[in-house]
Order: sequence, then C-alpha cells, then structure tokens
Amino acid sequence: MKRIYVKEQWCLGCRLCEYNCAFANSGMTDMAKALRGKQIYPRIQVETEANGVTFAVSCRHCNDPICVKSCIAGALSKKDGVIEIDHEKCVGCLTCVLVCPYGAVIEDGSGVAQKCELCMKNSCGAPACVKGCPNNAIVYEER
Amino acid sequence: MKKYVIIGNGTAAAGCIEGIRSTDAEGSITVISAEKYPVYCRPLISYYLEKKTDLKRMNYRADSFYTDNHADVRYGVSALAINTDEKEISLDNGETVPYDALCVCTGSAPFIPPMQGLDTVQNKFPFMTIDDTLALEKAVTPESRVLIIGAGLIGLKCAEGLHGRAQQITVCDLAPRVLSSILDDKCAAMMQKHLEANGIRFLLGTSAKEFIGNSAVMQSGETVEFDVLVLAVGVRANTAIVRNAGGNVSRGILVDDVCRTSLPDVYAAGDCTEYHDISSNSVKVMALMPNAYMQGRTAGINMAGGAVLFDNAIPMNSIGFFGLHCHTAGSQPEGCEMYEESDDSHIKRLFVKDDRLTGFMLLGHMHRTGIYTALIRNRTPLSEVDFARLKIEPQLAAMGEAYRNKVLKGVV
Repeated sequence: MKRIYVKEQWCLGCRLCEYNCAFANSGMTDMAKALRGKQIYPRIQVETEANGVTFAVSCRHCNDPICVKSCIAGALSKKDGVIEIDHEKCVGCLTCVLVCPYGAVIEDGSGVAQKCELCMKNSCGAPACVKGCPNNAIVYEER
Repeated sequence: MKKYVIIGNGTAAAGCIEGIRSTDAEGSITVISAEKYPVYCRPLISYYLEKKTDLKRMNYRADSFYTDNHADVRYGVSALAINTDEKEISLDNGETVPYDALCVCTGSAPFIPPMQGLDTVQNKFPFMTIDDTLALEKAVTPESRVLIIGAGLIGLKCAEGLHGRAQQITVCDLAPRVLSSILDDKCAAMMQKHLEANGIRFLLGTSAKEFIGNSAVMQSGETVEFDVLVLAVGVRANTAIVRNAGGNVSRGILVDDVCRTSLPDVYAAGDCTEYHDISSNSVKVMALMPNAYMQGRTAGINMAGGAVLFDNAIPMNSIGFFGLHCHTAGSQPEGCEMYEESDDSHIKRLFVKDDRLTGFMLLGHMHRTGIYTALIRNRTPLSEVDFARLKIEPQLAAMGEAYRNKVLKGVV
C-alpha cells in the first residue's frame, strides 16, 4: 500500500506540512480563518536534528500496530492498511500516545487522540502534506 | 479441524480469537463467557458514569465480531475445571467441552479484605464490570455521599466517574498517597491536589476499621457517614481453574513468552497471568489492557501453530483525572538514576540504569511519550542515542540516522 515517506535531504524545515495538515483536518474552506491566531495540532511534525537536518514525522501505518493493540476503547483499527481512529469511541485515555514508538499519535488540543489518516476522511482526499510540500520532500508511494 | 476453547470473554479472549484467525481460518472456536455481554472495554466503565461513552460504544469490537470470526460464545456459563488427561473442560451447566488448545482468560476479581460489619452495609459495590456499574449508577443520587475504599486506578476512576452524580465523594486508602502502585510521593501529591481541587476528599494512611450501617469508623478514629460504598481495594487474578488442574500458579497463572502455562496445550492471557517484566527483570502480575490483548493474540497465534513471542512486556499506564494526565511505564530498579524536570503543572521523571531507560513518570504534559516507552521496550543503549536531547523532549531526531532511516524510509 501507499504510505508517506520523507526525503530529509530535500526538507527545508519550513513546516508548511504542519499547516497544510491542520488546515486539511479543520473542516474549513478558508485557510486563514482556519489557522490564524490559533494553536495548531498537526498530525505531522517537523523535527530538527542536532546538525540541522530536518524531516517530518507522521503515522507509519505499521504492519503490526501497537496503538491498535493497546487501545482500551476499541477505537483504533486498521482498515485496508490505514490506521484509523473512531472519534465516536475514543475517550481520550491517550494510551496510544504512550505506546506509539514514533510519537505519531498526538493529543488534539481538546483531550482526545488524533493521528494521520492519510487525508482519507477529510475533503482533501490525498495527503495534504505531500501535495503542499514545496520541495517534494514528502512523498506518498509504494515501497 | 482443530478445536480451540477460550475461557473468558474479555480483551485477552478477543486477542486470542484474532490471533487464532490470523493463522487458522478453519478450526472451531468456543468462548465460555460468564458475563452476558459481548467483549467490552472494561476500563470504560468510569467513562460511562461520566457520560463520555455509552453501552453501545463500549463494545470492544463490531457487532459482527464473533460471527465474522466463526466463534461460538456460550453466554452465562462458567468453566469449573480443566481435565488435562481427557483434554476437556467442565462447565457449571453440566456440559463438558473438548479442546485441542485451551486459553484461560479468566481475568481478575475484586479483592475485598475482611472488614468488620461490612454485611451491615446495604449499598455496597465493587467496580469492575458493566453490571457493577449499572447497579452503582442506580444507587447513586445527587444527594448521595459516596465513600470509596481504595485510591488506586479503579477507586479514583470511579471517583471521577461519579463526580457530578453525587453530593460528596470521599476516598480512603491505607497507603499514604494516591495511585501508590504507579506514582511516587511527589507525583502522587500533585495528582491528589488536583483531585482535591475538583472536590474529591481524601483520607489517606487509614482505612475503615468497622462499618455500622451507613457509617464507617476509620482506623484514625474518624467516622465517615455515607450512602453508597464502593470497594476498590484491589484485584486478585482468577487462577483457581489452572491451580486445581496442577498448573504452576503463584500470584497469577505463570506464562512464558508464548503465553503457555505449565499444563500441556493450555495457554493463558490477560489479568489472570503473571509474566516477565523486562524493565525490572522480574515476573509479576501486570493487569493491563494493552498487555492483555498482546498476550491473547500471542497465545492465539501459537495455539494455531504459528510462532510469535511476546517477550518485551513492561508495566505501563495512561490515566488522567479531570484533565490532568499521567503516563507511567517500566520500573525504578534499585540503584537507578533519576532525571527530573518539573514546575507547577507538570513533572517528568526518567529512571536510568546500566545505560538503559528503565522507567518514567510524566504528569501534565503528554507529548510523543511512546518514544520513551520504546526506549524501555527495545532496551536501547542510551550511549547510542542523544539522550541529553531526549531528556528534554522525546524525538526521533535524537535516535540516530540509522534508526530514523529505518522507520521513516521503510515499512515498519
């Protein structure tokens, strides 16, 4: 299946992916209205190594996902390779945050968990971080 | 066609069913369920009281779970004994059920220490099951004064769940601090302060000596009047069925890293077991829902002829009350060093020994904590990562290029 991969040699560290992610998942049509003056909780996060190398981290959609196995609410599941959260079932216990080895499940600012769902559930339809990366440092492909 | 039998119908049993079916599509699966409900999320009973979920959403799996997996569930019956010679179990309705591979997922039961006069209390409830919860819900009114015996995970979650449903909630515990099994004094003090600010009253270092109807006489001499009593002192693993069959049992049913018991073709998983904790290198009961699932799945795959290990278990807890969250994992072995940072609203304590992260306690700020958990679980040598940066913030950027390339450029 197609997953998101980063090419750190191309990453500018501009964090546009974080903004595009937050916007894509905001449910709003105007980026400025969605994001201006707000603390954002993107599902992709840019990290910086000590030597200055930057790269983005989002859900790996693991073959053997420990978040799904650990969810105490039965809210996380893997469907057609995509690990999804059922927000109707999530109670915000954050066990998934405690177990994800990549730090890819994060609290959404209101107390419940969120993670990259490859923009399958929002109107974007394909990963917004990939579409919006100005230097093609994030790709969506089979490996 | 292989005959699989599972005693119990909780999370471990669900993991076992999924494990079996990932390996064997044909064999028959029989589930013996004492409770009359399909598998549900037991820790969510407090969220039910809080009205953050309901009975429907508390189901752990979809309605079609058992039919999809061709599992036959016998509701409302209990297993009485395992006959390992005949390879069959006997049920309390007189039936016997033969097995080729058996998984014991009997869970745990509330431990209620002998307390004088407890039989004079009308409204008393354990807090473990949906039925306990529904009974408790019925008994509590907005005028109720609730006394909870036990300031552990169950007692405090119950207190949070009842907050807003009762007039007064008092929690007592023999231990001098709240959540004594997972938090140290400093972390517990912050959590207690937060709970008190939300209206929960504590009597610590003391417990009820005697009950006279609706009053509890505490060891400290104080008397607490209550309308509803919740017994949340602790739980005990349900081990009798394996012990009586001659299996190796101490505090829990002893299982190895494929979840086998000492009895032939008998596996066990979940809260009824004790197993190896790699963070402390000791065998203990770790009654945790994630581990229960992972054990159940491991047992199921191995029962069906597959080969997987669950050999990196650690204790871990994610729990929060009234918006203050805590994450704990691993252990604090003797002689470990502690790294700490804290302020008024958060505490981070990391425990290090022999070049390994062995455990942590975090209160208040839960961001990407799993990176720390993985350090414990993978027994990563800290000399191979930039631990100085990791201490400040969990991040893959401090894990080295090789690791990063593996997890971000490939399929994991």
